[in-house]
Amino acid sequence: MTAINLEKPELKALRNQYGETLAALGAENPNIVVLDADLACSTQTQKFADKFPERFFNQGISEQDLINTAAGLSTAGKIPFCSTFALFAAGKGWDQIRNTVCYSGLNVKICPTHSGLSLGEDGASHQSIEDIALMRVIPGMTVIVPSDAVETDRVIRWAAEYYGPVYVRLVRPNCPVIHDDASYQLDAAMPHRIRIERGGDDITLVATGETVYHALLAAERLHKDHGIQVEVLNCLFIKPFDSETLAKSARKTGKVITVESHQVMGGLAGVVCEELSTHQPTPVRRLGTQDRFGQSGTGDALFKEYGIDWEAIYNEAVCWLKS
Amino acid sequence: MTVSTNQARVLPAGLPRLTIPQLQKLAAKLRIDILDMIYEPQSGHPGSSLSCIDLLVNIWFHYMVWDPANADWKERDRFIMSKGHGAPAYYATLMEAGYIPWSEKNTLRKIHSNLQGHPASRYIQGCDISTGSLGQGLSCGVGMALGLRLDHIDSRVIVLMGDGECQEGNVWEAVLSAAHHKVSRVTAIVDRNHLQIDGDTEKVKALGQMAPKFAAFDWNVIEIDGHDFAQIQDALAQADRFAEETDRPTAIIANTVKGKGVSFMENQAGWHGKAPNKEQYEVARAELTAAYDALS
Ligand SMILES: Cc1ncc(C[n+]2csc(CCOP(=O)(O)OP(=O)(O)O)c2C)c(N)n1
Repeated sequence: MTAINLEKPELKALRNQYGETLAALGAENPNIVVLDADLACSTQTQKFADKFPERFFNQGISEQDLINTAAGLSTAGKIPFCSTFALFAAGKGWDQIRNTVCYSGLNVKICPTHSGLSLGEDGASHQSIEDIALMRVIPGMTVIVPSDAVETDRVIRWAAEYYGPVYVRLVRPNCPVIHDDASYQLDAAMPHRIRIERGGDDITLVATGETVYHALLAAERLHKDHGIQVEVLNCLFIKPFDSETLAKSARKTGKVITVESHQVMGGLAGVVCEELSTHQPTPVRRLGTQDRFGQSGTGDALFKEYGIDWEAIYNEAVCWLKS
Repeated sequence: MTVSTNQARVLPAGLPRLTIPQLQKLAAKLRIDILDMIYEPQSGHPGSSLSCIDLLVNIWFHYMVWDPANADWKERDRFIMSKGHGAPAYYATLMEAGYIPWSEKNTLRKIHSNLQGHPASRYIQGCDISTGSLGQGLSCGVGMALGLRLDHIDSRVIVLMGDGECQEGNVWEAVLSAAHHKVSRVTAIVDRNHLQIDGDTEKVKALGQMAPKFAAFDWNVIEIDGHDFAQIQDALAQADRFAEETDRPTAIIANTVKGKGVSFMENQAGWHGKAPNKEQYEVARAELTAAYDALS
């Protein structure tokens, strides 16, 4: 159980945290270098650039060059973090990420900051709702989706220590802080362990990234209104994936709902269904974009439209349990 | 020997600096090895490999500083085989250099081999970056040079590219980056054989005058005959002088003949990525052997 006030949470943008953590890491580790593709102000890598200009490389609007320049830097012993919008990193840079970074097993961190629908008004051309799927199919790639600023800090620090390719999916807007900064730690032996944010026997809610907050809010209200006991699982790591914790919860509740700001195919729902089919066959209902592009609008309006806000989760759970 | 800033670095004991006649003999020998390597699995790229082997022997056995006994030596010069399909030529060079045992020669493109169809850094010592998807090597080279520069290491970074490969947008992103970041230690060598898979580069998608294109992007440019050993060596020496005197990277446009050395393969797009049959192999091997024997 989190001791956070879900109704009136503190807010912090993941990208702000990303920039701050990078700047702090830069002072701790001289091998850290940062690259951007003309979005340093948006991605907040500018915070690093201001402190360590000689270790910051703006590659301009050239995302393929961004990835491969980072690859080259890593062969010289540097730890490159590169950022741009998620669609351009994962989409334009996919071949570079697959064939050069991952196939060569290079130590490159790809941390795009404007993933999913919450990017909002820029519309579908800028909303990556496929990047989890694109990244997780590449052999050897680690895929991480933090849910708040606290987790963002911890995983960026973890990525800097870990040797190998890592994709950290960040989002643009201010997000509720749902973890306690003072006590939050990654499991050292098993950083990809699923976090059980809240225990319950009636139904399992599996969320990742921004939707963890919505899952928690829905769980709280389902309990208050209907006495439904919801187990909320936070999948910080999409890959490697902790199928054991998921299977255990599914065995207990027999009902799983996934929620993500991403296409249901290939994303969190994809992973959950793949893992359950092997370890604990369980019916799954999947909330996420359903083979649709995004569109312009505020992040909140889009979460509502595409059925991934707390209300949609709440309705889905009530519907299922009443049926 | 070339005068270069790299002389400040200690050359590994016993590293050969071959003379031009020695290099010519070596290239003639490696041509035969390339042919054998591709004939064995009946798969590989003879035209592309024979096109660049003269460049490779000069780069590796006259110019670059490296040490197979210390493959991760940080101060070594770096080489990226951006035209990864030229793997047989690259592997033959690395076998001669001592990074790959000759015993693996017959394993090219076979199951469980280190000699993958395209170079894979996980299997090949001294190879930092896997290649095969064209257009990516130059960006990697620029990143390497930036990383080395941060550590005040003055190693050279040589990137060998195909001319058709230069139709990839990523190449020109890297050309811009290299000039912007002033990585004068990067040298791009374009194997300008005027052929790609579908034929003449100028018919598929014209590359036109490549030297002025690089020059317009603020690179130093040298154009040479890529089979003339003296010209190749002069160009590499000139790249070093440029690196000392300017803050620009250097492009060497090396005019070559695809399939060079095998009469029926020369300038034939069809031999880009096709293995010879038995009769063709025998004719080709006889030609290459005669050429080898004719050299003193
Ligand atoms: C990104 C990418 N697209 C297509 C190919 C397939 N392909 C392999 S070699 C080649 C032609 C290369 O021509 P060029 O760069 O001129 O090299 P050459 O063999 O003539 O030296 C192509 C299209 C590839 N390997 N990578």
